[in-house]
Parts: sequence; structure tokens; C-alpha cells
Amino acid sequence: MLCKRIIPCLDVKNGRVVKGVKFRNLIDAGNPVDIAKKYNELGADEIVFLDITASNENRNIILDVVRKTASVVFIPLTVGGGIRTIQDISNILQAGADKVAINSSAIYNPKIITEGAIKFGNQCIVCAIDAKWNGLYYEVYSHGGTTKTGLNALSWAKEVEKLGAGEILLTSMDKDGTKDGFELSLTKQITESVNIPVIASGGAGSMKDFLDVFKYANADAALAASLFHFEMIHIKDLKQYLNNNNIPVRLV
Amino acid sequence: MIAIIDYGLGNLHSVYNAFNYLGYETIITNDENIILNADKVVLPGVGAFPDAMKTILKNKLDIVIKKIINKKTPLLGICLGMQLLFEQSEEHEICNGLGILKGKIVAMKDLYQDGHLLKIPHIGWNLLEINKNKTILKDLKDPYVYFVHSYYLETNEDIVSSYINYGKKIAVSVEKDNIYATQFHPEKSGEIGLKILRNFGEL
Repeated sequence: MLCKRIIPCLDVKNGRVVKGVKFRNLIDAGNPVDIAKKYNELGADEIVFLDITASNENRNIILDVVRKTASVVFIPLTVGGGIRTIQDISNILQAGADKVAINSSAIYNPKIITEGAIKFGNQCIVCAIDAKWNGLYYEVYSHGGTTKTGLNALSWAKEVEKLGAGEILLTSMDKDGTKDGFELSLTKQITESVNIPVIASGGAGSMKDFLDVFKYANADAALAASLFHFEMIHIKDLKQYLNNNNIPVRLV
Repeated sequence: MIAIIDYGLGNLHSVYNAFNYLGYETIITNDENIILNADKVVLPGVGAFPDAMKTILKNKLDIVIKKIINKKTPLLGICLGMQLLFEQSEEHEICNGLGILKGKIVAMKDLYQDGHLLKIPHIGWNLLEINKNKTILKDLKDPYVYFVHSYYLETNEDIVSSYINYGKKIAVSVEKDNIYATQFHPEKSGEIGLKILRNFGEL
């Protein structure tokens, strides 16, 4: 039986892992290679690097981080943040990543998904969707959650599947940083309307939150950042807990 | 030395990185002499079956691979590299494979578990049910391994070394004489995957 995946996300800025709440009050949290290695040993099923480097000239640093990580960590690596062109995708995959997560570019230039999927296989194109309830529907935001797009997350999810995305990384902006659980209703609606895997993100605060998103929203994977960074939950304990609650997980 | 056959597709570096990490001298190459003189050969693969076959035939790597097998050099096929060893695949179009092993590669579809339609590609970690554990799958505890694929092997031959359950029982690794092959990615399967690669390296 296919396991549900637990994915720690590392925010990387200028080649260093940073911790903060909603990208504010960032503090240096160490070397991404070491941290990825530690998560791998604890039983993480994949690692996501989110590159939040602001300036363009420093963007190549992430490639070096990926190269170094891929030579010592042997689980899938996904890289997101600032990917705009097929060449960007190619560079990241060549450095040793297995997948790229594309967010804003997918919205403003949807053919990057199709072209990327044709060129590199749909398994390596993850479409990241940031969504927020606007009173009528879950609306998609771009540019790190700063810009409304008017798109309905549900129809956008179906659209990216059609375009060739191999996975969806779904972040609830309403829940992100709150620690009061994943957005079950949004996640459930999306998992029920697409036939590609959905990674739920935003809001994890307890082990039960993970159980709920797998059990009630049928997510294929769950992602969290600060919860693991600040060691509020250990991945190993989380997987044992999920296993005890009959969720299939990979135990290491 | 371990030679990883470069046929111009996909990311070969993760396989290279893994063997390198384990301390094996490893080279990515399409040079016939280097491949024929290697102690072990790996046929990796990410990409589509017809494109891969075209490149292999164009570079006459099919002849090299058959020579390797006749020489009894251990060969490891990974993912598409496993599928290519069989007679035929239906990925995009019916396409002949190398035909070294008997069986065909078919599309995953209409797989259900507990009433749920299962997702395709089959992406993620699944537990191996090991059928032959004397060679590369020996000494594995809780063998969860990483998969990314939309096509799978159907064979009637007694060559299957492990299965998974994904809506039904699916063969995910084979071995015959000096040929070993896995549908999953040992180079992305953490400690278990490294152990499988080390088992191959030590054959």
C-alpha cells in the first residue's frame, strides 16, 4: 500500500536556512545540507527547499545547495521559488533535484507546466497553489501570497492537472502559521477533484492535524516547516503516531 | 568500476551520487569499451520508452547491452532501465524493447483500493513483498522504496524478485542470471535503497 508522505520544508535565503513566521523576523537556522541530512535520518519522505532569495544575482546559490544535498541525501528533493523558465527547471533538475514546484509562473504563463512536463516528465512538475477563502470561494494568490488572481482554486487545480502537472502542493493561506490544523474542507475538495497526488500545507500544529488531513481530506502528503524546525513535533514520533492510527507510513 | 550507461535522457546524477557515496568508482558513459570493461553496469532511466529506445538503437547501445549480458557482467536496470529490458511497451505507442527478458510494459489504469480510484502516476513510498531475497534484495528490514511510474511490468516468467500492492499485486523487480532490475528508484529510497545498491556493488 502506498504510504502517506511527511515532507519538511526548508526556507532557504542566500544559501542558508532561515526560520521565521510568515517570512518575518527571519533568523539564521543553519546549513541546508546538514538540516536536510538530519530530516532524512529522522524519516522525512522528501525534502522541499523553498528559495526565498530576493535578488536575482544570488539565485544560483540554490543550485549549489541542491548539488551538495543530492550527493549526501538519497530521498526525493523538490525545489520551489522564483522558477520562471524551462531553463530554470533544467538547471534545478541538473543540479540533482527530482522535482520543481512552480507557483506564480504557472498562473501567468501556464504553458511552462505543459512544456516542463513534456520535456522532463510530469512527475517532476509540482504546481504550488496558495489559496485563501474570499467569502465566496477559495481564491488563488500569486507572488508569495501577496497578489489576488481571481482564480478559483478548485478549477485551477483541475486546470493544472490538465496542463500536465504531476502533483499539487496546496497551501491554505487562512491556516498558514496558525497551528490550528490543515484546511480540511479545501484539501478534501481538491483531492476529490483531481487524480494527481495532493500535498497539504499550512496550519499543522499537532500530530492529530496530520492524522485528520490524511483521514478526512485524503491528502497524499503533508508538509510543514516551523513545526519541525522548532522541534515542536519530531518526524519520527509523528510517523509512529500515524502508524498507530492505521495511516500507512514509511517507518525508518 | 561501475559504468552507468548514458543514453542522453534524464537525471543520471542521482544514481552516480549514490554509488559514489557508497565508495564505488563510478562513471557515466556511452563509450562501448568502458562499458564492456566495467565490473558492473547500470542502465538507468527517466523519460519515455519510445525516446529511450530510439536513442539506444541510434547509438548501438542495444548491442553493447547484449554483449554485457553474454559476458555475465552484473547489470542493474532502474525504472525505465528495467522496462527497456522487456519485449514491448505501450507507453505513447506500441514500441519494441530490447527483448532480453520476456514480458511487456502496460499502462496503470482503473486501479482501486477500498473503493477509491488510485492515483497515477504511482508516486511515493511502497512496501516491497520480497519473493527472492538471495541477491540484491537480501538483508532488508522494512523495505519501503520510492516509486515514480505510470507503466508496469506484466510477465509470466519466474523472474520476479518483489511485488507491491497498488490496487493489485504488481511486479516491481526482477532477476535472471546476471540481470537485475527494479521499477523503483533505489537511489532515492534512503538507507534501504543504498543497501540495495551496495548489495549490487558487492555481487
